[in-house]
Amino acid sequence: MTQGIPFSPYVPNTEDDRRAMLQAIGVESVEDLFADIPEGYRQPTLDLPAQLSELELRRELQALSDLNLVPGRVPCFLGGGAYDHFVPSVVGHVISRGELSTSYTPYQPEVSQGTLQAIFEFQSLVCQLLGMEVANSGMYDGASALAEAALMACRVTGRERIVHMDTVSPAYLKVMRTYTEPQGLVMEPLVPGEALPEDAACLVVQSPDYFGCIEDVERLALEAHESGALLVASVDPVSLGMFRPPGELGADIVVAEGQALGVSLSFGGPYVGLFTCKSQYLRQMPGRIAGRTVDTQGREGYVLTLQTREQHIRRERATSNICTSEALVGTAVVTYLACLGRAGLRRIAELTYHKAHYAASLIEGIAGYELPLGGTFFQEFVVRCPIEPAEVNRRLLERGIIGGLDVSDLVPNGLLLCVTEMNTREEIEALASALEEIAR
Amino acid sequence: MSFPVRDRRLLMDRSVSGRVGVLTPPLDVPEQPLPHASMLRDDLPLPEVSQGEVVRYFTTLSQMNFSVDTNYYPLGSCTMKYNPKINDEAAQMPGFSRIHPLQPESTVQGALKLVHRLQGFLAEISGMDAAGLATMAGAQGELAGMLMIRAYHLSRNDTGRRTVLVPDSAHGTNPASAAMCGYRVVSIPSDSQGNMNLEALRNACDAETAGLMLTLPNTLGLFNSNIIDMCRAVHDAGGMVYGDGANMNALLGHAKLGHLGFDVLHINLHKTFSTPHGGGGPGAGPVCCNSKLAPFLAAPVVESFTGEDGAETFRLGTPEASIGKAGAFHGNFGMLVRAYTYIRSLGEQGLREISENAVINANYVLNALRDHYHLPYDRSCMHEVVFSARTQKARGVSALDIAKRLIDYGIHPPTMYFPLIVEEALMVEPTETESRETLDRFIEVMKEIAMQAEEDPQLLKNAPHYTPNSRLDEARAARRPDLRWRAVEES
Repeated sequence: MTQGIPFSPYVPNTEDDRRAMLQAIGVESVEDLFADIPEGYRQPTLDLPAQLSELELRRELQALSDLNLVPGRVPCFLGGGAYDHFVPSVVGHVISRGELSTSYTPYQPEVSQGTLQAIFEFQSLVCQLLGMEVANSGMYDGASALAEAALMACRVTGRERIVHMDTVSPAYLKVMRTYTEPQGLVMEPLVPGEALPEDAACLVVQSPDYFGCIEDVERLALEAHESGALLVASVDPVSLGMFRPPGELGADIVVAEGQALGVSLSFGGPYVGLFTCKSQYLRQMPGRIAGRTVDTQGREGYVLTLQTREQHIRRERATSNICTSEALVGTAVVTYLACLGRAGLRRIAELTYHKAHYAASLIEGIAGYELPLGGTFFQEFVVRCPIEPAEVNRRLLERGIIGGLDVSDLVPNGLLLCVTEMNTREEIEALASALEEIAR
Repeated sequence: MSFPVRDRRLLMDRSVSGRVGVLTPPLDVPEQPLPHASMLRDDLPLPEVSQGEVVRYFTTLSQMNFSVDTNYYPLGSCTMKYNPKINDEAAQMPGFSRIHPLQPESTVQGALKLVHRLQGFLAEISGMDAAGLATMAGAQGELAGMLMIRAYHLSRNDTGRRTVLVPDSAHGTNPASAAMCGYRVVSIPSDSQGNMNLEALRNACDAETAGLMLTLPNTLGLFNSNIIDMCRAVHDAGGMVYGDGANMNALLGHAKLGHLGFDVLHINLHKTFSTPHGGGGPGAGPVCCNSKLAPFLAAPVVESFTGEDGAETFRLGTPEASIGKAGAFHGNFGMLVRAYTYIRSLGEQGLREISENAVINANYVLNALRDHYHLPYDRSCMHEVVFSARTQKARGVSALDIAKRLIDYGIHPPTMYFPLIVEEALMVEPTETESRETLDRFIEVMKEIAMQAEEDPQLLKNAPHYTPNSRLDEARAARRPDLRWRAVEES
């Protein structure tokens, strides 16, 4: 066999290069450059599997990938914060361009106009969709965006009590607790029938809520404002293809998980949190913001702006520690919105709505199943099953269907089902017949 | 070399009623009753553009960027190394890219196995006992790590620890993360060698010290040779040592932070482990820690079980005293797949040689430019070297001017004005993926610019000359925020 194959295709230095460079540096060996590492701690062994060539590696990864059951190849009715929606081919093409994917945060605006203008587009279209006044360049995900929104409401109001509806996603509430508890902030659910406490910084609502129901954001905003609190809303962006946007309903800070807008499910990430607010609160907003300005020759261009809010300037007094976030995922979102456009997103929302309601109507007609919650829903609804939802899911999987999310800890025998435009009529009817069989 | 004038109109200004970029399928179920009209929106003010227009627009935007794929990018502390394409291909395999985060665990064993293996790899590389991969960026990893330290102290009813020590050379995220944990930040000065001042550290350590946050090598690209004593000083006071893993590209297979005395650290997969930066994310910030802190890791972590039949299965678990969830699901899985792929493509020796070449490249640049730019700490560096433009500044040319002039040569500027303790700082991190010829060209260009600074400073002050925009008015952007598209009649 051939000897002397280089150890990595990613490193151009040959043995000759290294020798010449070490000589230029004026050291005998490469070890001399690591001499500051205390003796006894140098060159530890790394117990790692042996290096693989690209050919072998592709086989190993394919084998791991093949161990997973892929929604789309089998029907899947899971939602709960991540949604399988159609992704146009153009989206993958755009975000695969190395000029966009292998650049850094646009600190040098003259060589980052592409990224900066894409961020400006993102902020613009997110505002258009949510009906809000200003947006940032994105947060890690919808849950951390909601947590940062609650922190921001506390900064704006100078209050320390975060009140939330009990229909906010439990995972989102957990993330909010991670962010707020160390700062001594209090989180509590709104007591039904009681007014918002006087010292509440905000009322946090999710719409559609965790169980799929559209909340009355307008009424809740009025209620919050009566107590001098902000209304913080977490919304589903695809639902806004048809439903009224939170900006029209009086919300002060609105966040969303952006994944449904052209981002693959990827087992939970990377996604992108959309973050918007009324312009009066702009300077309390966390995260990066791109702004339009002019260059020395009067031409329009874009820069990162209002950076005195941020950690690299303000350090421990920053609005957040966030820096690198999800810029490229934001570009996927804006490409998606450009492709679908005015008519397309409405159409996706309507397809989703009709299919979800068709599924609900079929299941409601099966003996033993009920829809216990009522109210208007978009793409998700809770079904009360005749047996434990875990068992229902198990039996669905036996029939080659990935069922819904078991929410029996919150709704007795509750199964949260999600239907989008990705689910065909055949899949929906197969689900209904399987549920019928399972109930027998 | 000049850029052509480009059509930079925004999407909303390109919109023509009736155009569409993609078709949607017909409805294949009976139409259902719609909700009351008062719940529905009247208008959806999104752009209407055809598919070809979308592609040309975004391609045009992409061409206005410098990137690792197109340019030498020696941006200090950011580790702008080549991003292998097999990593992206792996992340896009349907069994990874199309699976739902809430699928039954039995249907995602391949994904869980990959995460479990990567946890092991990262713990091994950093010399730690455990790893959690749920945190979605370096700064979030920092926050999680500091919350773990906080939870550890509280779990022992040690409630008086209110301060976190941070060297004055630290990244801004360090003090910001500590503050988000409710801690007061105490800044520790550096000594004349660029190390954190050990005496100052010892004096600052007391019963209120929750911990120290330290980058190693530090942000000057220097390895603190008294690191063992520093960790000991903090431990003796009952504090914990947090490692900012931003500079781990210097240490792969050469030192393990866990062995040196660090208790917990985060790793930037988008730096050391070659996942693309994306113009500001997505990244990933896994946390590795020792056994004292492992019970506090953010949820979830992947656990493995061997069944009676000897088969290994994988589950999502919550560490017994977890600080909680960092995000809605399991972290930036797509980036984890890329980092896994990278580590598998290198192995032990490959990783070690990454750091060797990164360090050789940085010292090669240091040595070649030391007579042309001031070197504030005259010693050999690790993976990056910090110069100062103070000699040039005396002639009226700033680090900023030098940075902007580099753009004219197709080279991305180094990090400027950081670390804060170096006047007119220019922080150069070549990375291991650049060839000697590229470094030689960079060196020649830097020398040429040093000469130009003497002979024709205006040339630097007007730079860059060939970009779509010349220098932009950042003060105006902040004074009159223009942050989104608006219809003409609105503005």
